[in-house]
Order: sequence, then structure tokens, then C-alpha cells
Amino acid sequence: MSTAPVMKAEALQRHYEVSGGLLRKPNILKAVGGVDFALYPGKTLAVVGESGCGKSTLARLVTMIEEPTSGSLTLDGKPVVSSDWASLRKSVQIVFQDPYGSLNPRQRIGQILQEPLIINRPDISKAEREAKAREILSLVGLRPEHYDRYPHMFSGGQRQRVAIARALMLDPKVLVLDEPVSALDLSIQSSVLNLLVDLQEKMQLAYLFISHDLSVVRHVADEVIVMYLGRAVERGSKDDLFEAPKHPYTNALLSATPQADPANKKRQIKLKGELPSPLAVPEGCPFAPRCWKTQDRCRAERPELGVTSHTAACFFPENADA
Amino acid sequence: MSLLRIRNLSVDFATASGKFRAVDGVDQDVNTGEILAIVGESGSGKSVSMLAMMGLLPWTATVTADEMTFDGHDLLTISKRERRRVVGKDLAMIFQEPMSSLNPCFTVGWQIKETLRVHLGLSRKACHARAVELFEQVGIPDPERRLSAFPHQMSGGMNQRVMIAMAIACKPKLLIADEPTTALDVTIQAQILDLLTSLRDDNGMGLVLITHDMGVVAETAERVSVQYAGQKIEEQPVLPLFQSPHHPYTAALLDALPERATEKHLPTIPGMVPGQFDRPAGCLFSPRCKFANSKCKAEQPAPQGPDLGHARCFYPLNTDERIAS
Repeated sequence: MSTAPVMKAEALQRHYEVSGGLLRKPNILKAVGGVDFALYPGKTLAVVGESGCGKSTLARLVTMIEEPTSGSLTLDGKPVVSSDWASLRKSVQIVFQDPYGSLNPRQRIGQILQEPLIINRPDISKAEREAKAREILSLVGLRPEHYDRYPHMFSGGQRQRVAIARALMLDPKVLVLDEPVSALDLSIQSSVLNLLVDLQEKMQLAYLFISHDLSVVRHVADEVIVMYLGRAVERGSKDDLFEAPKHPYTNALLSATPQADPANKKRQIKLKGELPSPLAVPEGCPFAPRCWKTQDRCRAERPELGVTSHTAACFFPENADA
Repeated sequence: MSLLRIRNLSVDFATASGKFRAVDGVDQDVNTGEILAIVGESGSGKSVSMLAMMGLLPWTATVTADEMTFDGHDLLTISKRERRRVVGKDLAMIFQEPMSSLNPCFTVGWQIKETLRVHLGLSRKACHARAVELFEQVGIPDPERRLSAFPHQMSGGMNQRVMIAMAIACKPKLLIADEPTTALDVTIQAQILDLLTSLRDDNGMGLVLITHDMGVVAETAERVSVQYAGQKIEEQPVLPLFQSPHHPYTAALLDALPERATEKHLPTIPGMVPGQFDRPAGCLFSPRCKFANSKCKAEQPAPQGPDLGHARCFYPLNTDERIAS
């Protein structure tokens, strides 16, 4: 990749203090425990993992809703510090999972779209604001008459288009998509995915695509990070990762994802047990208690993610020769 | 004779703005030891038709059918008292959201033992022993301790297992699973689906799986019925359905799957599922169908024969003639 990354994160961490009681020492919950990534214009980085793996916390860090406990985040070469948040947030926008909860039911679509401009660009005149809102509205495939309607008059797919339009109002460089299609029906899902692909091409946006649906990720992503208990366990280009997963967890995740092809009944890797509590992450490899390849070394030492383009945090990776 | 037999089932809801037909003339058969999947988008009436059979719809709903029998009971004329004896024992259901379907005020052990006490009349000791056994069967670790846990103390996956344990407590003849895995992660989903299939193998019960996930259908079901806007539009065994769908809607739905995509742009289905006020006069799918002509827009198609998957379409796809021409 020749272009410079728009956003770069190094050893990003976010810990929460969970109180153990009035006089007890607070417990530390490591929601995100050291993640590195870079976002490039026109490229999509997908983050996958089960619930509780820290993918939504990562989104909150990237969109500057929360401050990282440690680690650095740079946007266009400038370090992201909380004193500059107000100005930097314009370049990073987010689309939430649930389009029924993320739009104000008492505002018209036009007002929803103008609000980011009213707050962030008070220098723009009212007429310009409206023109911009109408332009973006047509860009996301909605009709001009939708401008004066209320959110309840729209279907789920159309609402998600409004949410995407709102995120584009400030001409962001990075768009964080937190499960953008998982609340939508299959026939609607495909048209929203197409819209996202088109917008990315047109505006050279960098996407941070958060999802648990591997078939969607396989369709949209360029690069994929697999997270488990707040840590990246595997990173690689989409083709490498889906063709030859290295981490046993990725492999299990892929094999557990149902394939819409009844003729191809593959052998499934059965994972035992559930995600351990994030308050009591195992000493060594976090995946060791559920892994079928666990050895003594896995329980004692924590494997680190390598620096190569396709790497897994595992001592005994799968498809090692590939 | 089939275990469950439904003919021409319709459900109407009385709403403030008039009558709304949620289920429209659905036929359904389920045999012992069979896994039937009902697929459809939200609002296609897949849950409502099963709730109607269970007698769980609110008073605003009017259920009409030519025939609705389960294991010798006529579900249309059955008294409330008698229905309560069947539902929960021979006919059980797993609901979509385990967190909101369990009673937060009672321990899960109390809730599962209630089923055993009411339907089977077991003693305290026998109830407890059976509850422990059921928890082991659905893969809940440390069952003795978990019996005295409240729903909020357990994860979604565990609660869903409790729901399943409760549903299979009386060894039902037919189990209806309404989106049993939608709220769960994929690794847990795989565990639950395995569990349901193995229960079918062990007890020979019939299983109706209501879902919108084509992947789950492909891996679990034996026969698939596709619903659209309240109508059953196609029914086929799982292999031919995925290989040669006859109804244009089924074909379009399969094409929209991201994993079947060959290029960056996915094929889409234009428009939306018709609502209460914009139901078309003819075929319900005609406004969105790329093959529709004036006949489709004017007349309602009747279901085709079984060789064409009972497709409600004048011009079914993947017929032998079409391949030949």
C-alpha cells in the first residue's frame, strides 16, 4: 500500500474500573487490551469477534467518544488527544447498528441531516446547509420528497440510509460502521451493502467495519482483524485469512458460520464452553481454555501478534506452511 | 398421517386502521422426526402462523382454517383447559429472546420444575432429579448450582439452553423453535443447532425451525417452506430449494446472499414487502419481481404442483421446459 494511512492506532488500550465494593480494590476490566491497526483511504478494515470481545469499545475509541487508557491514535499524522477532539471528530463519523434507535423521532430528515453542520460549521449559511443536505440525500439513494418526512415513515433499510447520510454530512475521512446491516432483512441488507461500496469508491472513505457476520465481512473487507477477549488474535488480508486461517479461534469461527449451501456439509469444529468473563482473562493465551490444541506453554505464556501481513497470536498456528 | 396438519390457515388482526391479514391461506404438514424450516423476512407471518397454532395470539387476532390438527387433537375446537394440557407437553415452543421469555422473579430451576410438576405430576425429588438430568442434556455445566440461579445471572446462551431444557422437559412430539439462535454468537449457535438436531435423533420429535438465516436452513433443515407477506410461496426439500428454486422470490433471496456474490455489487430485490395498505391485487411479489407481466399484476396465482415446489407463481423458474428451450 503506497498511500499513507488516514488513521493509525498503536497498542490501543481501554480499561474500565469495575468496583468490587466500597472498601475493596476496584477490578480492572480490559475491554481493549492492545490493538494496532491502520486505516487507508478507500479501504475497509473489518473487525470481527463474538459479543464481549471489545469490538464496540474499539469503535468508541476511534470515534473519540472515549479516551484510550494507553496507546496512541493518530489521524492524518496528528496525534489524537482529548483537547483536540472537537475539531478532529469531524473527520471520523459513525453509523450505528440499530436505525430505529439512532434517529430522533421528533426531527424531520432534513433537520437530522443539518444538525452536524449547525454544530460543527456555524459559518455555513442556512441555504447552503439545506443544499448540502439535499445533495447527500440523493447520494444515498433517497428521494427529495423524503427531506420533510419523519423517521417513523421509513423502513429499516431507508433509516439506515438516513443514518449513513448524516454521517457523511461533514465530509469525513473515516467512517466507523458498527454492525450496519445486522438489523436489516436479507433483501434490504444487500442494497445497503451496495450503497456502502459505491460511497467508498466515490469519496475514498476509509471504513472500520465492525461485524459478527463473517459472510458479510468476507464480501466487504480488504483486511480483517479477529478479536477475542479484547485482543487481536489474528490479522491478515481478507483472502489470506478466509482461505487459510492461522489462529484456531478464527478457524472455529469460520467453521461455525453456517454456509448457505446444503450440498457442502463440512466438518465443524465444536468449541466447548463459552467466552470466559473479561474480568478473569486466563494468564496465558486467552483462548487456551477452549482450544483443542492447548499445551502447557499456552497456559503459561501469552502469544503475541507478529508483524507480518498475515499473523496470528498463537504458538501452534493452523495452516502453518501456507 | 402427519403429526401436524394445517389447511388454509389465515390470521387477521383487528388494528385501529382496519383489518390486517398477517397469514393468508397457509398449508403446512409436519411429520414425526422431521425438521421443517420456515423462512421469510420480518412481517412474512412465519411466527404468527405458529403462534396461532399454539393459541398464543392476543384477542385482536381472528384465526380461521379449514383444518388444524395436531396428534389427533383438533386445535380449532379444543377447549382452553384441554389446550393447556397439550401445549407445553406434547407441543412445545422455544422463543426468540431467552432474556425476555424467562420470568426474572423466579430461579430457572423453579421455572423448569413447574413444567414437570404440572404436566407430569412428579414428586419434588423426582422433579429435581429430572431437572438436573435435563440441564446436563442441554449442556449446562454444574447443573445442581445453576438450578438456583436467576435468569439475569446467566448469559444469553445459557438462558437459551434453559428455554430448550424447559421445552423438551416433557419429551414433546413437536418442538417449534422460533429463531432460537438469532440473539447468540456463531460458536454458541452451532452448539444449540447441534443440540436440537441430536434431540430430534434421540426422541424422534418433529422440529419446526423458524428463521431468516439461509445458512442455518441449509445446515439444519430437511424441508423448507418459504413465506412472503403471509403466504407460503414455495416448499421444497432443502437440496433442490437451494439448487433450483422455483419461485422468483426464493431465487432473488438466494442471489442476495453475500457469500454467493461474484462481484462487488450484490444483486438486490427492489422495493419493500407490501404492508397493510399497499397489498397488490395480483401476485403479492409482482411489484418487485423482474419477470412479472400484466397477468401477475391482476390475478393471484394458485400454488403449482409438488414437482414445482408448490410455487405460487404463474411462471415458475427452473422448470424442465425452460432448461430445454
